[in-house]
Amino acid sequence: MEISLIVNGVLKTVHIEDENTPLLWVIRDILDLKGTKFGCGKSACGACTLHVDDEAVRSCSYPVKFADGKRITTIEGLGDRENPHPVQQAWVEEIVPQCGYCQPGFMMATAALLKKVPKPTDEDIDKNIINVCRCGTYYRMRKAIHKAAEIQTEKDSNESNMV
Amino acid sequence: MADNKSDSKKVSRRKFLVRGGLGTIGVVAIGTYIFRNSIRREILGTVNSLDLPYTDNTDKPMVWFEVTTENNILLHSPKVEMGQGTFTGIAQMAADELSVSMNQIQVVHAASSTGNIDSFATGGSTSISGLWKPLRELSALLREMLLKEAARKMNIGIEELTIEDGVIFGNEKSMTYAQVAEGVENWKVPDTPVLKSLNEYKYIGKPIARVDLDAKVFGDPIFGMDAQLPDMLYGAVVRSTKIGAKFISADTSAAENMIGVVKVIVEEDFVGVVANSLIEAENAKDAINVTWESYENLNTEAILKIMTVGNGKSTIIQKHGDALEEQDGVEILEFRTPIGAHAQIEPNGVVASVEGDSAIIRISTQVIGLTRKEVASRLGLDVENVNVIPTYLGGGFGRRLHTPHAVQAAVMSKAVGKPVKYFFSRKEEFQHDMFRPPTHHIIKGRLNGEGYLDGLEHQFVSGDVGNHSALMPDFLPPIIGADIGAIRGGFIQYTGIPNFRSVYWHVDLPFATSWWRSLGLLANTFAMESFMDEMALKANKNAVDFRLAQIGDDAIGVRLKNVISAAAEKSGYSEEIIDGRAMGFAASIDANTPCAQVAEVSIVDNEIIVHKVTVSLDPGLAVNPDQIRAQCEGCVIMGMSAVLYEQMYVENGELQPTIYGPYKMALMKNAPKEIDVVLLQGKDTPGAVGEPPLGPIGAAIANAVRRLTGERLTEFPLKLTKTK
Repeated sequence: MEISLIVNGVLKTVHIEDENTPLLWVIRDILDLKGTKFGCGKSACGACTLHVDDEAVRSCSYPVKFADGKRITTIEGLGDRENPHPVQQAWVEEIVPQCGYCQPGFMMATAALLKKVPKPTDEDIDKNIINVCRCGTYYRMRKAIHKAAEIQTEKDSNESNMV
Repeated sequence: MADNKSDSKKVSRRKFLVRGGLGTIGVVAIGTYIFRNSIRREILGTVNSLDLPYTDNTDKPMVWFEVTTENNILLHSPKVEMGQGTFTGIAQMAADELSVSMNQIQVVHAASSTGNIDSFATGGSTSISGLWKPLRELSALLREMLLKEAARKMNIGIEELTIEDGVIFGNEKSMTYAQVAEGVENWKVPDTPVLKSLNEYKYIGKPIARVDLDAKVFGDPIFGMDAQLPDMLYGAVVRSTKIGAKFISADTSAAENMIGVVKVIVEEDFVGVVANSLIEAENAKDAINVTWESYENLNTEAILKIMTVGNGKSTIIQKHGDALEEQDGVEILEFRTPIGAHAQIEPNGVVASVEGDSAIIRISTQVIGLTRKEVASRLGLDVENVNVIPTYLGGGFGRRLHTPHAVQAAVMSKAVGKPVKYFFSRKEEFQHDMFRPPTHHIIKGRLNGEGYLDGLEHQFVSGDVGNHSALMPDFLPPIIGADIGAIRGGFIQYTGIPNFRSVYWHVDLPFATSWWRSLGLLANTFAMESFMDEMALKANKNAVDFRLAQIGDDAIGVRLKNVISAAAEKSGYSEEIIDGRAMGFAASIDANTPCAQVAEVSIVDNEIIVHKVTVSLDPGLAVNPDQIRAQCEGCVIMGMSAVLYEQMYVENGELQPTIYGPYKMALMKNAPKEIDVVLLQGKDTPGAVGEPPLGPIGAAIANAVRRLTGERLTEFPLKLTKTK
């Protein structure tokens, strides 16, 4: 079947034999965006987290048919080196990653959280950020999440001042 | 120290060649020297004087640096980057000795084709310490060669030249390194490179941000899982879910006719399938009906029975004074740790391309040389024609100290004539891990009249760590007697005690156990430092004072005492319970790096909560203090995860569980909200960092729980038996 996806702002149409193919593999292998990672294939680790219509989704267990016509954001579309998303900026400032493999999933989960809860408490973070990191970067991640919220708030107020 | 001298001689004899190329000029060194160190560092304690034969080919050129036309330096790292920060540390070392800025250095993985791969491994917390001298010497050598050549080209005396950020200035003229290096056929090589003094370094010692930070924050395709080659197909390999099941035969007829299947490959030791897509390969794999040789229907109880002190063969690894006689006043405690999984998030995977008499392997591995040899040997290729190109690792932790799936991918690629990518499912990753072995410890001690130990004995049993691993030459275990991995952390560090001994027992397990970050350290320190705390309580002494009084005054003893005092001071260590929180203390020495930790713990709904951990570490000279802190934080969290939550079990002959969640690990909500790191410098060269901070965490938590609840927990995962 033909499936249309708006990936990082660009309309992509892909032909899929099996509409139940996990969205992850369409993103990685057909659209060649490798920033979204495979970790477990069972929605248990969160390495594959991306956004479908601004909601954080574990794409390894999300049939591509459900994404038809929707907006997909991956780490590549969250921000770039010239224009980093507040979450990415905070991750850089706190020097969060070690091996780095789980980090895109965490950053996508954090960006989705900040959309809903612009100033998350430690409790909000504990409840919502439930991906797995083996290097143990949670300590820096928590600092980076609070910092990202600050950067975001500052950015928002600057933008509203400009209006 | 003798090592360093012989290294210097080798460096001074080294020849340098220049390799011309499109846009780059390569500086090529002939020789080898760093690898013997890294093997040696694995050999601990009683066996540390053993010299291993090293049979690497020393005639092949090694490309360490390339000077690009943009005047940047490409540094080919012989070590892989798995999160430990080695790329950043070596970039700092090279930048300082080469007199270039950090952003002029780009670190890439050396491939087998560049020649300077570490033919042993990346592991053992040896990368920075092992490269400290040779890499700076090589960098200094290159700097001096460029200076000599610049003096010739600019026709100025070398003493009048100065260097700033890769540009050589003299007499109002200037040349970039790239300009100097261009077209040079015969380099003048200085006999002995002169290293700068420490206070001339701009980057070494500074908390510089990781060089791979941007790539990891913006999602660049840098991992093994991301590797691809043109016209690549997907492979899958059938694996038994049962321990010890050996492949006999396979009915592949159904799989062969499935959509997308290119070929089913039946080898003596495995069955693989190659298909057009990942899903098709996985589906076909499931349709293959394999007959396995019968297996034992094992369970955890059977494993525990095997894993008991007194079984197997014993080796005394440490002995001082008299043995502890069974008599009145001898305290005995037993401890156990379970099977642990690596659980690194990137599954093992590989892309192999075999064409004619050569092969390309893209893989996340800690063992480039071994992987190359295995592929060459299985396919009958010349080792020189197998180019292993490492990628960044999505976690190493020892899991990738053997990566034989490269061989399977290469066999499949050869069979279909195209590149083949294949990786483990998470279930395969859990069931076919090379686990952290379970351990059992019996510790005995006797207090004297003053309340100090006059005898201490540690008896412990472990499955294989180093022994029977692909990295360990077969001749070695019988010589050493003990498993060099299992005994790590198993030595008694309180050498002020008049009588002590440590005895290692080895038993064989029916499944593979091997290297897991810090090896025996996590379990051994948990047992011994829990025991020490119990003795301090019994002697009615402060846990810190009790420890300090029984440590020897040799160099490592002094450094251990210093980290213990620093941790006590920084944490405000107290044995009072304040607001429902207690502190637990523990210390260890690993690979000559002492570490002490204080865990602040409370109990909520009968769950152990770790609020804060203070870490005091003496890694010697800190090349990058921020990355050392990051390693301490990571070790604390990975360690507490293993201590409080993780355990594999065996049921009906299968290793379980096979997925995150049921394999419970620390999540964000469990990680301490405060980790305070103090770094001491008790020696003037860099030491081990990536593993030593895993030592104390288990006992630090258990000791806090003991002080809080009165209950001595003796097994991972630590769980209160009574409701508090």
